[in-house]
Amino acid sequence: MKKLTGAKILIECLLKEGADIVFGIPGGANLPTFDALYDSPIKVVMSRHEQGAAHMADGYARATGKVGVCLATSGPGATNLVTGLATAFMDSIPIVAITGQVRTYMIGNDAFQEADTIGITRPITKHSYLVKDVRDLARVVREAFFIARTGRPGPVLIDFPVDVSLAETEFDYPKEVNIRGYKPTLTGHTGQVKKAAEAIKQAKRPILYAGGGVIASGAAKELRELAQKARIPVTTTLLGLGGFPETDPLSLGMLGMHGFEYTNYAVAECDLLIAVGARFDDRVTGKPDEFAKKAKKIQIDVDPSQISKTVPVDIPIVGDVRATLEALNKIIEKGETNGWLREISEWKKKYPLLYKEKKKLLPQYVIQQISEATKGEAVVATGVGQHQMWAAQFYQFNKPRSFLSSGGLGTMGYGLPAAIGAAFGRPDEIIFDIDGDGSFEMTLNEIATAVANKLKIKVAILNNRHHGMVRQWQDLFYKGRHAQSEMIGQPDFAKLAEAYGAVGITITKREEVRPAIEKALKTPKMVIMNFLVEENEDCWPMIAPGKPANEMLGTFEALQKEGAVPQPRKFKEETPEDLSLS
Amino acid sequence: MKHTLSVLVENHFGVLSRVSGLFSARGFNIDSLAVGETEDPTVSRMTIVVEGDERTLEQVKKQLNRLIDVIKVQDISPEDLLEREIVLVRVGFDHKSRAEILEAITTFQGKVLDASGNTLTVEVTGDQTKVHSVFELLKPYGILEIVRSGRIALSRKGKLSIKS
Repeated sequence: MKKLTGAKILIECLLKEGADIVFGIPGGANLPTFDALYDSPIKVVMSRHEQGAAHMADGYARATGKVGVCLATSGPGATNLVTGLATAFMDSIPIVAITGQVRTYMIGNDAFQEADTIGITRPITKHSYLVKDVRDLARVVREAFFIARTGRPGPVLIDFPVDVSLAETEFDYPKEVNIRGYKPTLTGHTGQVKKAAEAIKQAKRPILYAGGGVIASGAAKELRELAQKARIPVTTTLLGLGGFPETDPLSLGMLGMHGFEYTNYAVAECDLLIAVGARFDDRVTGKPDEFAKKAKKIQIDVDPSQISKTVPVDIPIVGDVRATLEALNKIIEKGETNGWLREISEWKKKYPLLYKEKKKLLPQYVIQQISEATKGEAVVATGVGQHQMWAAQFYQFNKPRSFLSSGGLGTMGYGLPAAIGAAFGRPDEIIFDIDGDGSFEMTLNEIATAVANKLKIKVAILNNRHHGMVRQWQDLFYKGRHAQSEMIGQPDFAKLAEAYGAVGITITKREEVRPAIEKALKTPKMVIMNFLVEENEDCWPMIAPGKPANEMLGTFEALQKEGAVPQPRKFKEETPEDLSLS
Repeated sequence: MKHTLSVLVENHFGVLSRVSGLFSARGFNIDSLAVGETEDPTVSRMTIVVEGDERTLEQVKKQLNRLIDVIKVQDISPEDLLEREIVLVRVGFDHKSRAEILEAITTFQGKVLDASGNTLTVEVTGDQTKVHSVFELLKPYGILEIVRSGRIALSRKGKLSIKS
């Protein structure tokens, strides 16, 4: 058999794994890899910073369901990946990161551009490998992809010393993966599934609480079937958005810290909470002891360590969400939920989102307009902060893999590079980055990557000249002392766009919003819309950290007194077979 | 409450740091940790003693199982626990106390490893009760140094199988 270099073997492995695109930056220790990529069929996207490469791989993975791949050189290249890996780890996103490393005999010598990459990334990867022998490489890559995409997905790192990438061996791709310490449980225990079905049948006030696991396992169809068969309303977490159509009358939208008021009331009052691929995060539960206190709890999760971690559950089911829901749907019987649905329907009418018009443009309005203009069908990436929460509240997501956002780690700067990754993964779709000025400035160097690759990404910066969420917390909890939350020295983002070769638009008035969005959608180029919005707008409602849901701030009652106007969501007409909500 | 976990792991570099890193990152306390190769040279066994309530222990076990390099985790119940630790103790002595110390060591089936100048280094093997008794007994003579192997354990229930 012909011998190949390690770098060539890596390329062969990537092709076998279906990785037709990689994101990254070359440097001393990964030059052999980039040289081998140079005449390979794999598309190579050079980001402007390795953090961008990691978020691009992550955005690509979230938008397509495939494993994203990013490359970085040793030392600073690898350390720059860290935020991106941690982001993917917290949100269970499958990526494989391949870092260059100094020559094996130099490891530990404080060589030029040496860092203990495995050590640094150990707690933020699902697994990692240091390849010391080229003969291990094919097996390692095979295992890395397998681990990244199976079970609870996550990032896997391969540290690849430069001498190993130059060493030669025969290429033999292992047919099977057999890792004795890694055997994810895929099918939920039959007895437990039966118990869950029984609990659902008995329940009078059930709620489905769906998380990122629904998206990861591709279970949106099964979730919908369960909700409609058993007539159970569905709330999703931030990462679960799109897992259930938000125009469906059974949709309760997002729950938690900035979730809907009626949704949090419904969760507080339910008698059965069915957690589906959701991990009872503190941004969802507020005070864990008070969360859905009246409810019996079912939890379906592929990762046993998430079961009963913060909130004890009564019926745990370890298994893949889709496989488990399929099994459950076969035996499910509808309970008596009509009264409950009527009650929720009234709460929806009684406690909708609302805002008060101000002299300056409101960010919520901009998002409503984007939602309408794109018919809720765009792929939307976000940064982190107020704009992210408003996007979750005011954009109605209907399809899985349409909302890309850093939930667990809360990584500002995620939006633009994630949108770039998504644009490569889904070239025929409208890709939006709804961003804040603070978040956008953290990774705006990637405008160059988007322009260089002729991506038609639409960026909507909700520019309030502040780290808005920080400013809001300072007003609420720090006596209004705005310590370093104001953004001084910001560029003119429209001019900046033009400087990069993108199209820039500045929007200051309400009536300019929709025309600007329509213009952006028609422009076959990257467009950056700089919406100069109200600086002191707060994101409501809000459950303060560690507080129970019934101590919500910015409720309908409170805001209405100040003259706010309701902004009810639009729901689809119910078909006769949907039964009736009212 | 203290729990003894017997953990089979892949015998290669980096595994110990994954396990110890997990404990520090998640705020679990390790009371004792001992590692060594098993009858299968590709597998090491870690005996980890942790302190915590049932819920903490449940998380420790689940988080350990989450590590790709962890093959099997066994929580050994107190009634099935076969546990030993080796301790080496160096004590000072004079012509008066020498005989007393030697007698005490004999009661515990300990061995004198070294007697030089005016110190004695003794080895005692046993369960925790025995180890603590030895310390108590030698304390009055002036303990100069102690080293402990960490606890190692097996379950009466027989072999921890890798398969299944």
